[in-house]
Amino acid sequence: MSNKQFLTGAQLPYCKGCGHAVVAANTEKALQKLGIDPLDVVLVTDIGCHGIIDKNFLTHTVHGLHGRSSALAAGIAVGLNNPDKKVVVFAGDGGATIGMQHLISGAHLGIDLTIIVHNNMLYGMTGGQPSEFTPCGFKTPTLPEGSIKEGYDICELMASAGASYVERVVGIGDYSDSIVNALKAKGCSLVEVMEICTSYGVKSNPGMKLTKVVEDAGWKTKVFVSGKDHSFKKPVNSDTKNLISEKLEIEAKFTNNLTKPVSVMLSGSAGEGVQSAAEILAKAGMNAGLNVTKKGSYPVTVGVGFSASEIILSPKQIYYTGSSSPDVLVITSTEGLAFAKATIANMKQGAMLFIDSSLEAPETKATVIPVPFREKVGARNSALYSIFYLIHKNGYIPMDALKDVYNASKMAKRVAIETFLEF
Amino acid sequence: MQEIKKRKAFTEGSRLIAEALVRAGADTFIGYPITPANLLYLYGSKRFPTMLAAPDEITTLQWMCGFAIAGHIPVTATSFPGYALMVESINMAAIMELPMVIVLVQRLGPSTGTATRGAQGDLSVVHGTLSGGYTIPTFSISNMNDCWELAEKAVHTAVKLRTPVVLLTSKEMIMTLQSYDWSNLPEIEKVTVKKHQGNAPYLPYKAGEDLVPEFLPVSQNQHQIRITASTHDTKGILQNALPEAIENSKRLEGKVRKHLPDYTYFELDEQPDADRIVVSYGISSLATREAVTSLRDKGNKVSMLIVKTLLPISSKYVEIISKYKRAVIVEENLNGQLRQLLFGAAGRNGLTGVNAIARMINPTEIEEEVLRNE
Ligand SMILES: Cc1ncc(C[n+]2csc(CCOP(=O)(O)OP(=O)(O)O)c2C)c(N)n1
Ligand code: SF4
Repeated sequence: MSNKQFLTGAQLPYCKGCGHAVVAANTEKALQKLGIDPLDVVLVTDIGCHGIIDKNFLTHTVHGLHGRSSALAAGIAVGLNNPDKKVVVFAGDGGATIGMQHLISGAHLGIDLTIIVHNNMLYGMTGGQPSEFTPCGFKTPTLPEGSIKEGYDICELMASAGASYVERVVGIGDYSDSIVNALKAKGCSLVEVMEICTSYGVKSNPGMKLTKVVEDAGWKTKVFVSGKDHSFKKPVNSDTKNLISEKLEIEAKFTNNLTKPVSVMLSGSAGEGVQSAAEILAKAGMNAGLNVTKKGSYPVTVGVGFSASEIILSPKQIYYTGSSSPDVLVITSTEGLAFAKATIANMKQGAMLFIDSSLEAPETKATVIPVPFREKVGARNSALYSIFYLIHKNGYIPMDALKDVYNASKMAKRVAIETFLEF
Repeated sequence: MQEIKKRKAFTEGSRLIAEALVRAGADTFIGYPITPANLLYLYGSKRFPTMLAAPDEITTLQWMCGFAIAGHIPVTATSFPGYALMVESINMAAIMELPMVIVLVQRLGPSTGTATRGAQGDLSVVHGTLSGGYTIPTFSISNMNDCWELAEKAVHTAVKLRTPVVLLTSKEMIMTLQSYDWSNLPEIEKVTVKKHQGNAPYLPYKAGEDLVPEFLPVSQNQHQIRITASTHDTKGILQNALPEAIENSKRLEGKVRKHLPDYTYFELDEQPDADRIVVSYGISSLATREAVTSLRDKGNKVSMLIVKTLLPISSKYVEIISKYKRAVIVEENLNGQLRQLLFGAAGRNGLTGVNAIARMINPTEIEEEVLRNE
């Protein structure tokens, strides 16, 4: 046991008789027993009476938000990634209520932390309101009739979430060995210290004994978990691959004689290759020396419903990636037709609407061209077929530019290109 | 018309953002998935030395703060619903003076709105994020080049000013694939952190003339570090309303404003004799550029201002716009959030907006508004 000081010796900021002072003394003693240097310790405190202790500690101190201390401490612990450092959290039952997720996730992930929950069964700092830890029958100034529900058993919760060391103690006298055990554990450890707030708890429950409250609540004072080795391994890879990869570059092997931008919209069904077809068309555009954009629209459940994509092919630089009304719209399925209803109504004279022969084209100013996409190649390949058809018909780019991109794609292995060259 | 292209890639802006952030010195990506920011999560996991999946956005920001306290430079990407959950923790990061970058990919609100639809509706939210009128330096991406360049500036500004920085963008920049010539991407400078040196006593929140305190992580054990989210003195100790603590809080805004000239980025394309100017930022800049090119092709004189440093609002923007009889501010939200930030609810003679929600503003409507006589 070292005689290094962890507390400044200045008066602690608590009411007379508050159990929080006992936690501070036991924490200092535990750290001395551990023989660690004060500046190898980071104390992270929550908001609440227990949390205003930071100025009394000679460790590094971090005072954050209400309920978030265990998450903040997790960031520090993983960020430090050094087993010689100790990260200690002081939280109240209030903080453990609002930030329960952070305690559970600390245990679940095995973050190297020691969390000390100061459970006085109410919110001290804000005037004695009940928390989710307030046990049945326990009264507070705002709940004079007493709580009608059981309080959380944070020890059971942390144990089942995967904590390495868990213990509940009654916060009277010397319990520094419990804190030492928690500090020594690898991974996430928790000590719940039972207290009664002298200002609100005692006043609302005159004559009540702390040990009795704990017993009546069915909370066991014992070690719940010990010796478990479940600790987080920080992923570090300082050799990740450059995202600016040459593989994404497309060199134009062909030319084009497009004089103005063309916007194409493909509208079909999920699983029928719309996005892949659009991507191949865009790449083929680049292969022919054009500037291109490609974006997709689909429901958040990507596997069902419509799937649409807009492609712009342009001999000029493209600033605006949207288009209010496409020059060419290709509809390959019923869902695609439903999705594109408004677009069809908006299409201008001179625009072209290629639509699967099985579907009826709605009223439009565009020239309607029925094509048996689905019948020719089946539903799954209908979108792919449609881009070959489009280039065959409109010749925006050389067919060879499209063939070239298709043959280099993963799709080529699945469906032979000849399938798409019969018009 | 054919330009000479050396190395054209088929890519989204998110790829450029992730790469630039890492090259600039960001080392940790904390992610919680949300459309339309998910590609950044994916690229974050491929490229950052450390990528962690958080269980929610409050945790995300808390972890980031913890990483920053330990000496790292963390990044996340989110959209409004996630950003809303982060707000209290972003306030904490600001008062703790922790560097980090939050890429905010805007989508259609209010609330969960439409996840798959772009928008430009969060400037007011970002502007009002910090309680008390403090400012988070905020950059807005207006094209593919900005994905690269502003991502670098975001990291540099976050570290130099010790502050969270927001990089504001939209679905279009993150998800739309396009041909992009990246042969001339400028070199990115890796940021250096100004650390306290030697054994002289260290006060975590004592700043010199530049108003930015020197940093020390909790990984060292020479000097005690005290960091707090409460109003505090230069030692990092909670002090409710002592003048020293109030001064310390005011310094937070002071540093952000003092250095503003060093990080005010905008694109000004003025035409001599033009009496009208189109102003835009973010996603609407795409249509604005197209509209201005087209207006000029048709013989109209028009100037263009693309704002890239959105917050703090630079008085330069007001100066520039004030020279024009007619000004049109283009943004994809209901009431013109930048317009109101620049000119207030009262507006100004000759000032109008082109606004829309749930769809991209198109170049034609901008052209019409610019030509309309007020
Ligand atoms: C987000 C948020 N909500 C509410 C509060 C107000 N608040 C401050 S302390 C506190 C409860 C403290 O109770 P506990 O954590 O049990 O600590 P104690 O004061 O009993 O030590 C609350 C609700 C706050 N600071 N932040
Ligand atoms: S109010 Fe209660 S919890 Fe707070 S310091 Fe006083 S006794 Fe302790």
